[in-house]
Amino acid sequence: MSDSVNYGTIVKNGIFGENPVFRLALSLCPAVAVTSGVKNGFLMGVAVLFVMTMVNGTVSLLRNYINPKVRIPSYMFIIATWVTVTDQVMAATQRAVYKDMGLYIMLIVAFAIVLSRAEMFASRNKLLPSMVDGAAMGLGFLLALVLLGVFREFLGKGSLWGYPILGQKPLLIMILPTGGFFAMGLMMGWLNWLDRKFFGGTGASSGGH
Amino acid sequence: MFEKVLTIFIASALINNFVFSRYLGLCIFFGVTKRMETAVGMSFTFTAVMLIGAALNWVIYEYVMIPLHLGFLKIVIFIGVVAAFVQAADTIMKKVTPALYYKLGIYLALIVTNCIILAVPLINADEHYGLFESMALAVGSGLGFSLALIIMASIREKLELADVPISFRGLPISFVLTGLIALAFLGFSGMITL
Repeated sequence: MSDSVNYGTIVKNGIFGENPVFRLALSLCPAVAVTSGVKNGFLMGVAVLFVMTMVNGTVSLLRNYINPKVRIPSYMFIIATWVTVTDQVMAATQRAVYKDMGLYIMLIVAFAIVLSRAEMFASRNKLLPSMVDGAAMGLGFLLALVLLGVFREFLGKGSLWGYPILGQKPLLIMILPTGGFFAMGLMMGWLNWLDRKFFGGTGASSGGH
Repeated sequence: MFEKVLTIFIASALINNFVFSRYLGLCIFFGVTKRMETAVGMSFTFTAVMLIGAALNWVIYEYVMIPLHLGFLKIVIFIGVVAAFVQAADTIMKKVTPALYYKLGIYLALIVTNCIILAVPLINADEHYGLFESMALAVGSGLGFSLALIIMASIREKLELADVPISFRGLPISFVLTGLIALAFLGFSGMITL
């Protein structure tokens, strides 16, 4: 890529064009698992945002020193290191939340989206654009998680961020495991419909991995 | 002892099924269930890798990491062990049984990015399971995942003929379907509590 990097494009790409959850359909496990409440979804998103920014930065700094033959294992170790850092910080500062989603924080290490950004972007770009790309992708992920969290918590518990709003539970099923799958499917279908109706897109989800 | 092993086995296969109640391994779950053949191939490979990987990780955790107080590095070490083991299995299979390799080799590469393969050793470590309990969890999860794959693949084969709204084609309808299966699996909950 040339020296003049368009940061606006990178950010827009991360949030809309290649939104990790809704567009690329990568890293779906946590998107379904932790979004039974807005707060959990938000914290998970922040954790991923941090990991992706730092991993992309580290990979970019080391890109000239890593032998291409061992690049994937090297990336895995960089990712695992940053996930360990996040995991320890979360365990120390957010005890209540960590009890619920500690396992999923540790499993950020197996996220396809982190590895794929390191491989596709950070390994051939300079430090700053790489970090911006990581942050933009993380932000896209964060927004998707919050959107799902709002949808599920409002319908399932009648509250937002733990504060009761409706005073009743309209659709308890939305916070159960099965509701996560329904919410995800409905949300994806709705976004596809919007895309087709108003933006002239094809409105079809990519294959998924 | 035997009772606990059996409990863990049944609980991990049915009640706490990784796909339907812990939402793990979804990437592969949606990726390989388009055809029955790939789903079955993945099931075999997955269960085998899961069992050996969990046993390896248990030995390393118990005899290397605990004595050296390296528990905080478990994420780094477990992913390293799994990746190294899968790479080794890939090379050995290519040499020893090329026929099997051409059938199942492609799934081996996919497995490294699966969260269940990492989640099982992490759960074993957190719960301080013994060797047999760890292996029961591994086999149970492997079979539970296979069950999920095969159910989903058989439904998706029928789905080919259904008239689905354009916006819902592909992944969205698969998610809704998974939700329905998860609803059925909810019936197992409360059978055994761990």
